[in-house]
Amino acid sequence: MGRPVAIIGSGQSNHGKRFDVTYPELVKEAVDAVFENTGISPEDIDGVVFGTMPSMMEGVALTHLYFADVLRAEGKPILKTETCGSTGISLAITGYYWVASGMADLVLVVGSEKMNEGDPQATMTTVLEPFYQRSFIAGAPGVFSMQSQAWSARFGIPEEKIRDAATRLSIDHHNDAFDNPHAHIKKRLTEDEVNNARIITYPVRLWDVCPASDGACAVLFASEEMAKKLGINAAWVKGIGYSGEEYWFGDSDKVEWQCAIDAAKQAYDMAGIKNPRKELDVAEVYNPFTFQELLYYECFGFCDFGEACDLTLKGVFSREGELPCDPSGGVLCTNPIGATGLNRVAEAALQVTGQADSRQIPGAKQALAHAMGGVVQFNGVMILGSEQ
Amino acid sequence: MSKDFNTFNNVVRLPHKYAAGATFTKFYNGLKKGIIYGSSCSSCEKVFIPARSFCPGCLTNLDEVVEIAQEGEVISWAFSDKEFFGMPGKPPVIIALIKLDGTDCNFLHLLGGMETKDLDAVKSVVKTGIRVKAVWNDEKNGHMLDIKYFKPVS
Repeated sequence: MGRPVAIIGSGQSNHGKRFDVTYPELVKEAVDAVFENTGISPEDIDGVVFGTMPSMMEGVALTHLYFADVLRAEGKPILKTETCGSTGISLAITGYYWVASGMADLVLVVGSEKMNEGDPQATMTTVLEPFYQRSFIAGAPGVFSMQSQAWSARFGIPEEKIRDAATRLSIDHHNDAFDNPHAHIKKRLTEDEVNNARIITYPVRLWDVCPASDGACAVLFASEEMAKKLGINAAWVKGIGYSGEEYWFGDSDKVEWQCAIDAAKQAYDMAGIKNPRKELDVAEVYNPFTFQELLYYECFGFCDFGEACDLTLKGVFSREGELPCDPSGGVLCTNPIGATGLNRVAEAALQVTGQADSRQIPGAKQALAHAMGGVVQFNGVMILGSEQ
Repeated sequence: MSKDFNTFNNVVRLPHKYAAGATFTKFYNGLKKGIIYGSSCSSCEKVFIPARSFCPGCLTNLDEVVEIAQEGEVISWAFSDKEFFGMPGKPPVIIALIKLDGTDCNFLHLLGGMETKDLDAVKSVVKTGIRVKAVWNDEKNGHMLDIKYFKPVS
């Protein structure tokens, strides 16, 4: 076990279609915000961690070189971490490792994506090798739709019940987004609008899917000594977990999904959490698809397999429920992929430090942040607490 | 907002020639002849498809290929009526995970050979657990899409 590590601040850009700024200007928004929010000087940083989705998304290879200036990386070591959708949580874990190891006291961690300048769905196909899977996994929704169908079949969950629970999540999260100044899509939706929205890939409909967003997020990780010296209200990293599985989509079970179960278990064990639904006060679950959010509740032990729909419909995971999930509106409303997982960490840190403004869960002391990556191949979890 | 600022157009086009290696070469040459090859790992007692040069579980080298049954069971499926870049044909497209008989992993391919225009018609035929079999294209080029699709068998 390494040294204690704190998150001492975060900054998010405005998310959306950002044709008003170049890509470095977008990253600068988040980096400037974290320094402004904490009052720390960029000179005090020991190193920088940066990541995005594949270079094809941006049309520029190795963007950490392009962004070196705005990342304030001049004269500092810079690391790039990249794990597809889970990039953001991998960035956070990289920053954690660097400080926990004792090799740095203050690390700037930044993730970003500009999805609207290129073709994000075409970029996703380049994540796959050309021999086999690239022919069949065109766009992201197909694999998630198959995952949902297999889940429904395994536990005999009626299609209508899944639809009802997914609709509830969609309406709630799009409402929640109004309380998040950084959210991309904010919309008051009716059940009819969600249930009858056009099909993207059955059973996934339009309001079950995240948008393509442009945005950046920056988070500062500090050692205990540095956090105390600065006297900042910090979130403490209580646990981390990351797990992956075989490359080929058909080689592993995506329903009782071992890498999701294991990532959460590693983080819970490190944080000493036995009953996550009771001991967590809020969770920022990576939810690019409503259906997948339901499955995560089960893989993370918030409930048993097959129970997520019923509990969602009872309001257990809503803002006023026992374990509020994604009060920020989550990935469903804002998805600049390379920043998305780091947004989850930033939001969880705001929650446990009481700084989440109108989306604050009252008295939140322990929070989960999560992201998923690869072709449903990786999951990463970070637990943050208000006490060291 | 986008109208207020200039954009700059640029196209990146990079052709690749990917090495298939000995095992994928055997696999694709098999498809040309209407045969599906997999690989069997004797230590893990598992059969994988497509043919692999090593076992994903124990990393043992798998030099021999074995012929795989062309029938199996649908594990999961997804119907897409929206066109995505790189899609195998014009939508609607039904992708599926199929467990071919005698194998220990799921094979990703297409379903077809039935009415696919209308989702309700598809749902009346396509369900998790139905049996399907491979339908081949007449012209085979050593490509995964030499198998046209998997068709439900009654």
